[in-house]
Amino acid sequence: MVNIRYAKDNFELGENQSVLDCLTGRGVPIPFSCRNGVCQTCLMRATGGTPPENSQNGLKDTLKLQNYFLACICHPTADLEVALPNDDDVQAVIPATVKSLKLLNSEIMHVELECHAPIDYRAGQFINLFRDQSLGRSYSLASVPHEDDHLHLHVRRLPQGRVSGWIHEELRPGETVEIRGPGGDCFYIPGNTEQGLVLIGTGSGLAPLYGIVRDALSQNHTGPIHLFHGSRDLNGLYLTGELRDLVEQYPNFNYVPCLSGGEAPHGFASGRADDVAFQQIPNLKNWRMFLCGHPDMVKAAKKKAFMAGASMKDIYADAFNVSQSS
Amino acid sequence: MSQQQSLYEKLGGEAAVNAAVDIFYRKVLSDDRISSFFEGVDMETQAAKQKSFLTMAFGGPHNYSGLDMRRGHAHLVERGLNDSHVDAVIEDLGATLRELNVSEELIAQVAAIAESTRNDVLGR
Repeated sequence: MVNIRYAKDNFELGENQSVLDCLTGRGVPIPFSCRNGVCQTCLMRATGGTPPENSQNGLKDTLKLQNYFLACICHPTADLEVALPNDDDVQAVIPATVKSLKLLNSEIMHVELECHAPIDYRAGQFINLFRDQSLGRSYSLASVPHEDDHLHLHVRRLPQGRVSGWIHEELRPGETVEIRGPGGDCFYIPGNTEQGLVLIGTGSGLAPLYGIVRDALSQNHTGPIHLFHGSRDLNGLYLTGELRDLVEQYPNFNYVPCLSGGEAPHGFASGRADDVAFQQIPNLKNWRMFLCGHPDMVKAAKKKAFMAGASMKDIYADAFNVSQSS
Repeated sequence: MSQQQSLYEKLGGEAAVNAAVDIFYRKVLSDDRISSFFEGVDMETQAAKQKSFLTMAFGGPHNYSGLDMRRGHAHLVERGLNDSHVDAVIEDLGATLRELNVSEELIAQVAAIAESTRNDVLGR
C-alpha cells in the first residue's frame, strides 16, 4: 500500500491511480488541465521520497533535480510526501550568523552568512532572509557550495527598502539572522560541457551569475562562457577585478562589462547588456542562456534569446521583482 | 507492419512534438497577425500550452474537451479573436511541419484536426 502525504494528511493511493486523482478525489484542490503529462499545470514537488522518473517527463532539468513531477502521470510504488510548488511551509527556517559585511560598490553589500545547519543549494538559487518573522526578502546566492565555506549575497540598497536598508544600516557581523531556502531553478546543470553559455545580468543580477560562472568553471565546463554585466555607469559595476582574473585564468571565459549611460571607456562595451550580448552573438541556437536582474530586461531578453534560436528548455531566468510592500 | 499506424505514430510521437514546439512557437510570436495575443504571457507556461495543442493536433493522447477549448480562449474572443487568427495559427502549424519535412498528406490531416476545434475556440 502506497501513501501520499500532503499538508500533514495521509492519502492511500488506489491501484493504477495517479497522485493527482488520489488527491483531487479526496477534495484536495490541485490545479490540472490536460491530465496527460503535457501541460504542466499539475506540477508538484516531492519533499520526501523520490518521484518516478517518467513522472518528470518534459520538465526542465533544474526542476527534475529538485524532485518536481507531474501529478497526473505520477504512479509511485513507494510513499511520497508532496507539496504544491508555492507551498512556503515545506522549508524550515535556518539560523545563520553574519560573518562579514562589505560594500561592493556604493549601493551593493556583500553579505557572508554561516548557516547553523547544512543547506543544500546550487549556485544561482536564492534564499529568503528575514528581518523578523513576517518580513523577508529573496536574495540570490553568489557563492558556490564546494568552493565557498559560507553563503554569499549581494544586497542592493533600495530606496525605502525595509530589509535592504536594515542590512546596509543596522546589521552587524556576529549577529544571527533567519533564512529559508533555497529556491529557484536558475542554476548550472553539469553535463553537455561543450555547450556555449551566455549570461546576462543587470545590477545585483550579477550575484547568481557570478555563482553560476564559477560553478560551471569548477565543474570543467569547456564550452565558451560569455558574461555580460550591465549598469548605467562605472559606479554600478562591481567585482570587475575578480572577473578579469577569471578571464586570465580560463581561456573559455569572456567578461563584457557594459555601460548604458553614454560613452564607455576602453575595456567596456557601450550599450545595454542584453543589446550588447545579442549583437555579439546573434545566433543563439544550441546556446544555454542565464538571464538575471531587472524584470523588464529579463522578460525582453528571454523573448529575444528564444527568437534568436535558443531553445526554451535552455533559457534560465531570474527576474528580480521589487517587493511592492517595501 | 501488421497494424495500421496512427497519425501520431506516423509523425513520430512525442519526439516530433518536442521538435516542433519551439519552431511553432517562434512562428506564432513573429506572426504580426496574432502575436499581440501572446504579449505579456509567461513564455514557459505558454510553451507548455503549445505543446499540449501540438500533441492534440498530431492526433496524440489528450483529454481536452470542446468546453476546455471554449473556456481557454474566451478571454481572447473578448479581445477580438476571430476566424482570421485561427487561419493564421493553422498556417503557422503547416509551415512548421513543412520545415520538419513532413509530407503534405500528413500536414492536411493535422490541419483537419486543428480545424475541428475552430468553433469551440471561437466560442460559437
